[in-house]
Amino acid sequence: MLTILFDGIAYGMLLFLLACGLSVTLGLMNLINLAHGAFAMAGGYVAVVLVNRMGLPFFAALPFAFLVPALLGALMDRTLYRRVYFMTHLDQVLFSIGLVFMSVAAVDYVMGSQQVFVRLPRALEGQFNVGGVGIGRYRLLIIVVCGLLALLLQHLLTRTRFGSRLRAAVDDSRTARGLGINVNFVFALTFAVGSGLAGLGGALGAEVLGLDPQFPLKFLIYFLIVVAVGGTSSITGPFLASLLLGICDVAGKYYVPTLGAFVIYTIMIVVLIWRPQGLFSRVASR
Amino acid sequence: MNGVRGVLTTAVADHLARRANWRPAEIAFWLAVVASLFLLPGRHLILAEIAILGLFALSLDLILGYAGIISLGHAAFFGFGAYAAGLLAKHGLVTEPLLALLVSGLLAAVLGFASSFLVLRGSDLTRLMVTLGVALVLRELANRLDWLTGGADGLQGVVIAPLLGRFAFDITGHVAYVYCIAVLFVLFVIARRIVYSPFGLSLVAIKGNVLRAQALGIPVNARLVAVYTIAAAYAGIAGALLTQTTAFCSLDVLSFDRSADLLLMLIIGGTGYLYGGLIGAAAFKFVQDWLAGITPQYWLFWVGLMLVVIVLVGRERFGAWAGSIGARRRRGT
Repeated sequence: MLTILFDGIAYGMLLFLLACGLSVTLGLMNLINLAHGAFAMAGGYVAVVLVNRMGLPFFAALPFAFLVPALLGALMDRTLYRRVYFMTHLDQVLFSIGLVFMSVAAVDYVMGSQQVFVRLPRALEGQFNVGGVGIGRYRLLIIVVCGLLALLLQHLLTRTRFGSRLRAAVDDSRTARGLGINVNFVFALTFAVGSGLAGLGGALGAEVLGLDPQFPLKFLIYFLIVVAVGGTSSITGPFLASLLLGICDVAGKYYVPTLGAFVIYTIMIVVLIWRPQGLFSRVASR
Repeated sequence: MNGVRGVLTTAVADHLARRANWRPAEIAFWLAVVASLFLLPGRHLILAEIAILGLFALSLDLILGYAGIISLGHAAFFGFGAYAAGLLAKHGLVTEPLLALLVSGLLAAVLGFASSFLVLRGSDLTRLMVTLGVALVLRELANRLDWLTGGADGLQGVVIAPLLGRFAFDITGHVAYVYCIAVLFVLFVIARRIVYSPFGLSLVAIKGNVLRAQALGIPVNARLVAVYTIAAAYAGIAGALLTQTTAFCSLDVLSFDRSADLLLMLIIGGTGYLYGGLIGAAAFKFVQDWLAGITPQYWLFWVGLMLVVIVLVGRERFGAWAGSIGARRRRGT
């Protein structure tokens, strides 16, 4: 029971790491970026290449799994995404689905279509018991890393100058511009960091979620649920939504394996009927 | 005062009535379709598929082009109709194909009606999530209920009775093509009636500005539910046509790729003038055939590239290029 809770929390934390960038970009630029998962996949494959093929230690590869997608995100933002900010949602959806398809096919071409795993260091394998609760070492690492990152993000967003600029831009980008905040720069940086975090999530999650070229499509619905349920106005909303989703998904798959996949959709429908604007959002989403 | 209003009303009514007239280009389009029956006898199988995809795209155009609802899971209704038609035929519940087609469309409409209440809620993002979610749930159901649907192997042993008790579906696809065109034409005429009716005009108003539409006294939610249900029925009929003409039905009919391909087709042809879906389906199939000859694998990459390029170039330009048949070139949303 507690082990399932533990696994669910680890899973939820991963989802948060993967999806938080998406919720910020949606809130900030009203940009629906369905290709967010592609950056996560990029991070995962960076880790796979560095660890499995080049023999880098796992922990040394993680910064690269953050940096490469972040740079990729910054590049894409400046070259392609900036053209679609002010287009309609339909255009954004078409554009980002196109990117997803291209990334899926390209990764399939370069890396092959089979599922891959990152080779983990010996110290992270297996599990130990604390008062009868089986705790996987690797999952503990995920919880610690993601928990720290969530705290860091929350601190960045609420306590720093950049955070207040970001929040101002999310609340009303026109007024923020009028106050002299360089919204484009704030957005480019946020997009890059969001992509990087997704990449890190992809690398950490390769072991738990599985990594193959279909990754961005498989987890698209999870990202959408996290953002739609959690709202786009804070970090805490998506965080709680991710935890809820992770715990319910793991518990559902464990207790009712035949219905496992349907549990999250049921929750989605219930939430939508109960609170159409998301569980934790302050204001109506735009 | 009353006189002025009367004149104005008549003028508006005249304008709207004229707008709904059949244009020469439209008549030429349907004549060309009929001509393809006789001129391309060897290609009837693929033409039938294009007609089915065209009908499917037409159904998406009803909700996207007219009501402005973005759907990532329109394949849900297509697949539902396809499985419904397959099961009806397999278990001998409704053997006459035309009747089975109607029943499948009705079943899909019921599903569309039920899920429309979820689609109404929230923003574009929520709609994406809901439509995608509904399609995923159905696909998972079709996969799990393998005693009913055959699971991943697909629904086998479907035997389609002769059409109207007389015309059997043959290997050359002649009957299938005539059948598809006839169904497509009838449904197209109905859709045309719908979008030029006051109901259709109110949908365009809702798409333009929900708040103003509400202020004008248009019952926004009821209209959206209605059009979503109609579109679901259309998609269900398209799916049922596919099952009936191929006597097979697999999980592929519910896949996400199908919904995404559908969006691409409609965007190639242009939204909001009904012919976009038909033209787009033909163009899509043509490109698919052509690319499959060059690179059979990695078709997905080219679909993605087309989507990206179309958006970056600007859909209006593509719409204007493809939309020479539709007299009005509207700016899409």
